[in-house]
Amino acid sequence: MFRNLLPAVVLLGVASIPHAAHAATPFELKSVKLDLPDSDKMFPDGPGSDVINNNCIACHSADMVLNQPLLSKQAWAAEVNKMINNYKAPIATEDVGAIVKYLTAFKGAK
Amino acid sequence: MAENGAFYRTMTRRQLLAAASAAGVALSKPAWAQSMIDLPLPGGPGARQVTTSFPQKGPMILQRTRPPLLETPFEVFDKGVFTPNDQFYVRWHWAVIPTDIDIGKFSLTVRGHVNQTLSLSLNDILHGLPSVQLAAVNQCSGNSRGFFQPRVPGGEWANGAMGNALWTGVRLKDVLDKAGVKPGAVQVRFKGLDEPVVADAPHFMKSLDIDHARDGEVMIAYAMNGEQLPLVNGFPLRLVVPGWYATYWVKMLNDIEVLDQPDTNYWTKVAYTIPDTPHASTKPGETGVKMIPINRMVPRSFVTNIASGTKVKAAAPMTLRGIAFGGDCGVASVDFSIDRGKSWHQAQLGKDEGKYGFRQWQTQLTLPGAGEYSLLVRCTNSNGVAQPDVPNWNPAGFMRNVMESIDAIAV
Repeated sequence: MFRNLLPAVVLLGVASIPHAAHAATPFELKSVKLDLPDSDKMFPDGPGSDVINNNCIACHSADMVLNQPLLSKQAWAAEVNKMINNYKAPIATEDVGAIVKYLTAFKGAK
Repeated sequence: MAENGAFYRTMTRRQLLAAASAAGVALSKPAWAQSMIDLPLPGGPGARQVTTSFPQKGPMILQRTRPPLLETPFEVFDKGVFTPNDQFYVRWHWAVIPTDIDIGKFSLTVRGHVNQTLSLSLNDILHGLPSVQLAAVNQCSGNSRGFFQPRVPGGEWANGAMGNALWTGVRLKDVLDKAGVKPGAVQVRFKGLDEPVVADAPHFMKSLDIDHARDGEVMIAYAMNGEQLPLVNGFPLRLVVPGWYATYWVKMLNDIEVLDQPDTNYWTKVAYTIPDTPHASTKPGETGVKMIPINRMVPRSFVTNIASGTKVKAAAPMTLRGIAFGGDCGVASVDFSIDRGKSWHQAQLGKDEGKYGFRQWQTQLTLPGAGEYSLLVRCTNSNGVAQPDVPNWNPAGFMRNVMESIDAIAV
């Protein structure tokens, strides 16, 4: 659709503008109403799976975590603390250890 | 050099079962209805669903369902320099994303250090300001993060967190001029409609320096590739910052604030920072490195018509084809090597659709005898910057642009 604007652009003499060309076609937007899919995926059963399911998947689906590479316990602790300190995840202090332990057991670098 | 295939093999059901059981993943039944892909990420896991369940989107590699992280399947990049809207990658920070947008009610506010606060309707923007068009690559700061070694946490993308579109919209400069920027303005901050789940978490906002914001190139787009943006790509308005990483391209843009002090918000000052070193590179564990906000993109090039590991005929001409982009400027040349970088040959460049966009390249070559070859490809941009032959590393997994390599087996 935009290609047939080129002659108009040349006539207007703005073709010399390197980064932008005037578009003349009337363009209309349409309202959008739709639904985004959700994920019902939970963290696999294991010690602490209830804790991680209860604390983590309100803000993001579990697939993000399951797609992570194996990381050290230190790196997992840093991730959990980033969620709490930077992204204000309301995780109770007593749950932090269980979450880090679960992640390290499940996806810890050996 | 990066040994990344242009295409990644589709997994068989048996491989998938093995991967799923090894990872202890409980796959729900509907997952079987979707195909899988295996991204060649070192150390894995590389198995991902290819989902078609997002509205206005075609098949996408599912990195995260909520908030959505959707990767463009790499074969899309072989079809042309413009990435189709329905397969353009998607990346959101926060999960509260409006899904019901009435174009009659939407407004864009311009406020702060200005003479006159504005509330612009979409009609004001579409019909009250000069319209401009520009081709530009939108690339996630962490595109290709999954190839970092050692691996780093984050969105574990292969090479498909990028796309090129022809953006139509209005100049940010014209919008700022309409409000009248007061003397002493230093930055402009942009915010969209998305919100964090947790109320006191930092709303996603990004800032540009005032001169950058007024350079006449930064634009507010209402169309990509001639159509309105898919909702998950930022409908109805998205900031377009040519040559800069996508973190600045704020989606569902509804608030522009002119600042008379430097922005100290989390997303500008803390997140999306890179080491102030060549190639934004550090060593794992290195501390005390000065960090700066990520900014201009760097050159990249890819082979798109041959997957790594492909068998080809020895001593017979073959076509090698791909895409390149210069980063913050145009592509000067794309060169390839069949002898691990000892000698280089220039590829032919396709039509220039704009210096900030993808540029297709193509060449004919002959692999002289049977054997395994690494085909290297390297972009040099019009500022004379070439892709490096060793990968960069930083803890956030940003700005990968090492020259790519494709294995070809001549038989």
